[in-house]
Amino acid sequence: MHVPDGFIDAPVSVATGVVAAAAIGVSLRGARRELTAGEAGGLGADRTAPLAGLVAAFIFAVQMLNFPVAAGTSGHLLGGALAAILVGPYTGILCVSVVLLMQGVLFADGGLTALGVNITTMGVVTVVVAYAVFRGLLAVLPRTRRSVTAAAFAGALLSVPAAASFFTLLYALGGTTDVPVGKVFTAMAGVHTLIGIGEGAITAATVGAVLAVRPDLVHGARGLTTRLKLRVGGELVDAPAAPAAAAPARPVVKVWATGLVTALVLAGFVSFYASASPDGLEKVAADQGIDAKVEEHAAAGSPLADYAVKDVADERLSGGLAGALGVGATVAVGTGVFWLARGRRRTGAGAGAGARADAV
Amino acid sequence: MTDDRATGPATATPSLEVCGLAYAYPDGHQALFGVDLTVGRGERVALLGPNGAGKTTLVLHLNGILGGGVGTVKVAGLPVEKRHFAEIRRRVGIVFQDPDDQLFMPTVREDVAFGPAAAGLRGAALEERVRTALERVGMAEYADRPPHHLSFGQRRRVAVATVLAMEPEILVLDEPSSNLDPASRRELADILRALDVTVLMVTHDLPYALELCPRSVVLSEGVIAADGRTQDLLCDEPLMRAHRLELPFGFDPRSVAVA
Amino acid sequence: MGAGHAHTLYRHGHSPVHALPPHCKLAATFAFVVVVVATPREQMWAFGLYAVLLAAVAAVARVPAGFLLRRLLIEVPFVAFAVLMPFVAEGERVEVLGLSLSVSGLWGAWNVLAKGTLGVAASALLAATTELRALLTGLQRLGLPPLLVQIASFMVRYGDVITDELRRMSVARRSRGFEATGIRHWGVLARTAGALFIRSYERGERVHLAMVSRGWTGVMPVIDEVAATRTQWAYAAVLPAAALAVCVMGWTL
Repeated sequence: MHVPDGFIDAPVSVATGVVAAAAIGVSLRGARRELTAGEAGGLGADRTAPLAGLVAAFIFAVQMLNFPVAAGTSGHLLGGALAAILVGPYTGILCVSVVLLMQGVLFADGGLTALGVNITTMGVVTVVVAYAVFRGLLAVLPRTRRSVTAAAFAGALLSVPAAASFFTLLYALGGTTDVPVGKVFTAMAGVHTLIGIGEGAITAATVGAVLAVRPDLVHGARGLTTRLKLRVGGELVDAPAAPAAAAPARPVVKVWATGLVTALVLAGFVSFYASASPDGLEKVAADQGIDAKVEEHAAAGSPLADYAVKDVADERLSGGLAGALGVGATVAVGTGVFWLARGRRRTGAGAGAGARADAV
Repeated sequence: MTDDRATGPATATPSLEVCGLAYAYPDGHQALFGVDLTVGRGERVALLGPNGAGKTTLVLHLNGILGGGVGTVKVAGLPVEKRHFAEIRRRVGIVFQDPDDQLFMPTVREDVAFGPAAAGLRGAALEERVRTALERVGMAEYADRPPHHLSFGQRRRVAVATVLAMEPEILVLDEPSSNLDPASRRELADILRALDVTVLMVTHDLPYALELCPRSVVLSEGVIAADGRTQDLLCDEPLMRAHRLELPFGFDPRSVAVA
Repeated sequence: MGAGHAHTLYRHGHSPVHALPPHCKLAATFAFVVVVVATPREQMWAFGLYAVLLAAVAAVARVPAGFLLRRLLIEVPFVAFAVLMPFVAEGERVEVLGLSLSVSGLWGAWNVLAKGTLGVAASALLAATTELRALLTGLQRLGLPPLLVQIASFMVRYGDVITDELRRMSVARRSRGFEATGIRHWGVLARTAGALFIRSYERGERVHLAMVSRGWTGVMPVIDEVAATRTQWAYAAVLPAAALAVCVMGWTL
């Protein structure tokens, strides 16, 4: 989705540039709050630069981690939603923007005049939508780790087509070619919902992995209570829990059911439209998320080498995605991911059930 | 085994005075249980102890990164308190274990300049300070290289230079010999021996402690369990066993002649 | 990241272009791209002239054409995009080799291709003649918030370290017989990503400690002052000024 120069006209580029600058300005202030909140010692000096810098480096690196889909194709994380949930929306916007800025200035990936468009779409919209959905769901869900991962899934899933739709809006306002907006929208939203499902699954699993080890580091899950441990005869044991509410079994099932239905309806709905314009699919597919590469980015020498290779390889697959495939693949992958996610969750929950009864 | 200050010149104001220091982390875990330690100016002291003994916790108290417990820490007579932090952090140079954490600036020169520049040094004086510090560790010709292009041993030396540039009263090294090949290990020892500052060296590398530090203290379970001549401590088998300290295979501290 | 960049993006040299202060070059590149984008797409010759201008700069900077052309490959996904436009766009259509193509789509494709390529070439030239570190100080000189520049420099400094950790984790996975081949392995990969995040964040905390230990109070000390003379600004302005002349001609002719 890195937009090059000349794709969006000057007024809209300038306007998005202003929006991006304002968002970054607000985020610079907000990030300071977010990143000092978790600090224990009160060192009296700002931690924003090193922490946000390291998170930006993490996002840059994690975009190189390849997630194989099938038959030699693979996708990678976009990272906006993940950043929002792990470190908070302000820091998230900052980190993604810095990554985009460096990609634009150093790699010429994304035009210099399109920086505003890129930052607004991929930085601001992705992060804001992901975080809003995430927080919104958490507000109504029981405060458990499972809710956090489920909300992370939904937030990440929706953030991708939301960004794509926003891009379509920009295109409608300032596109330099009169490609029918309807076609652009259906193509963008369709393919990006597919990508979003992958993004959601990976984001949720990653957030879950961090939650299991360092729950305190997950910004979006602050306030989840953890059990204290006591040292009894050299062994760590759980401190007696405060009178815990009965295990919220029903809500959890409901969460998953709702999530599943939402995702499937979305996938079905959008891919229905996507199938109406098979020609549009190809171009969006060429852009982001799914690229035809077998070996792992991370193992392929310097990150830069990967960078060049990745984007060349992107286009190889673009021919392969036909419109008819869209419907089938969306539904198949969607259900597949859900089925697997649920299966893994069930076993995971079984193993860890005794260890962490979720105190409310 | 606690004959006080077997070696080391006693001077009027010691470089470091730790008195009755106790500390518990905010999560309730108590790491220090009343540490008393005095290090005279110009002394080189090894801080030994098993994992989890509280060594790092103690080190982080020396420049006020941790605090708020019981007891006092004084650096060259100056108490470690919030209003003295700027001066304390100039006087206490901590070399962290992973040089990648320590070298955070884009080039070696900027990294070495970071501390003095934060203290307000500018222009030619800053340049001079950086050059001197890099020369003392033999890394002057690498000034304009990015740290990640250096070998691990070189990065460790630059990390030492970054604190030397602040002309510290006391140099605190956390595991200086870890991950170094034997040649880099010896080069670093030569550098440390040539310095005329007080050195407190946290290490598991007992031969290294014997080589560099006439005096050692053993920190165990949050208190100083022993304090004496390094050679005496290393030869005291019951003491060593009691605090999970082990010499490398075939190494006999009795057979080594130390100055 | 830094190492990779330094090796492949930047071409060490002592040309007049290399010697210009980074913020002059950044401003010139940005102005040039703005001018290119503002040129009416119907004036095809203007884009040819822009390409000649860039080629002249590359010649002065002694950046070989092959190097620059390779860097253009980053644009390939959008070439695919552009190729589709004539088929997708609406409006008046023409027959080319038996295919019915949209006229406005053809213009749109040309527009994106020409402007996008020139934009990539200009940025690539900038990156080839300016060190990473200098780019960051240049951005700061141009008024980018210092905190943002600090974040970017930490990202540059630790990009390599973090990527390397990712690589080591991948090697460790495969050494234990794990090969990710499908969606069922996403759990393991996501745990890798989670572990990487924890390591990155904790390293950030340690870096902060190291900074505080050396007297960090929240303000990055100014160590290198970059200043540009009027002459240097004038040199840097040659490219965008020439481009502007072409652009004005494009609008008036």
